Amino acid sequence: MSTLHAHTVLIVAAILFVLGLAGVLTRKNIIFMLLSIEIMLNAAGLAFVAAGSRWQQPDGQVMYLFILAMTAAEVSVALALVLQIQHQHKTLDVEELKELKD
Amino acid sequence: MSLVFYISSFIAILSTVMVITRYQPIHALLYLVVSFLALAVTFLSLGAPFAAALQVIVYAGAIVVLFIFVVMMLNLGKQTAQQEKEWLQLRAWLGPSILSLVLLAEMAVLLLQDVPTEMPAVVVTPKQVSLSLYGEYIIAVELIGFLLMTGIVGAAHIGKHKKKSLHRFLQTYPNLN
Repeated sequence: MSTLHAHTVLIVAAILFVLGLAGVLTRKNIIFMLLSIEIMLNAAGLAFVAAGSRWQQPDGQVMYLFILAMTAAEVSVALALVLQIQHQHKTLDVEELKELKD
Repeated sequence: MSLVFYISSFIAILSTVMVITRYQPIHALLYLVVSFLALAVTFLSLGAPFAAALQVIVYAGAIVVLFIFVVMMLNLGKQTAQQEKEWLQLRAWLGPSILSLVLLAEMAVLLLQDVPTEMPAVVVTPKQVSLSLYGEYIIAVELIGFLLMTGIVGAAHIGKHKKKSLHRFLQTYPNLN
């Protein structure tokens, strides 16, 4: 069985991050943009865990835990905003949301 | 363990591609669950069982369920899928995808330049993680507590449906006339 190299894990994390970035850039529905942001945060967490495993330190998993808590807070606020947007504008298209007035 | 890593990361990448190309939001969410579970297996193969358990419990168990609740509340049906199909034309996604692929290629070249270092097959146990978390990182844990509290209060405040309040001159009093 071949050994696992550190840059392989980092390349996987980079691929996942780029997929999330492409999702944010190409989608117009705000729910899909939020999903893509989740994917990007998860890829960052994978890089942290890989670094912690590479140096055999728990710090990588601790940072992953902080990313997790930050994501939970972000998702709860963002989904409340999505509900409010759908209630007020009757659409989820981000291009409809360019006006700041209520 | 490296075979486990390769298989699960392949599944993760494949299901992530499916997430960002689906038209129906609920299909994308189900593929996102698969992606998160595959990443949990990846964490396990990297020797991080605590992170793997948290990935399953919090990401696949709580965050995705929150998304599913919201999608159910918004009642997005076939109309949304049709709209997504119209929005996701070739000329809309080709440019950003090519540019981010170029960035990915640059990143891969930079990573592959170095001398490859092997990943040690050592498990970082939950005990080590919790000793570090409540030892040197205790101030960050308290700050994360603040952040979660802010998130709860913010979500409760934003998600509230406000009653429309008019100026008293514009109000109509049904009992006056």
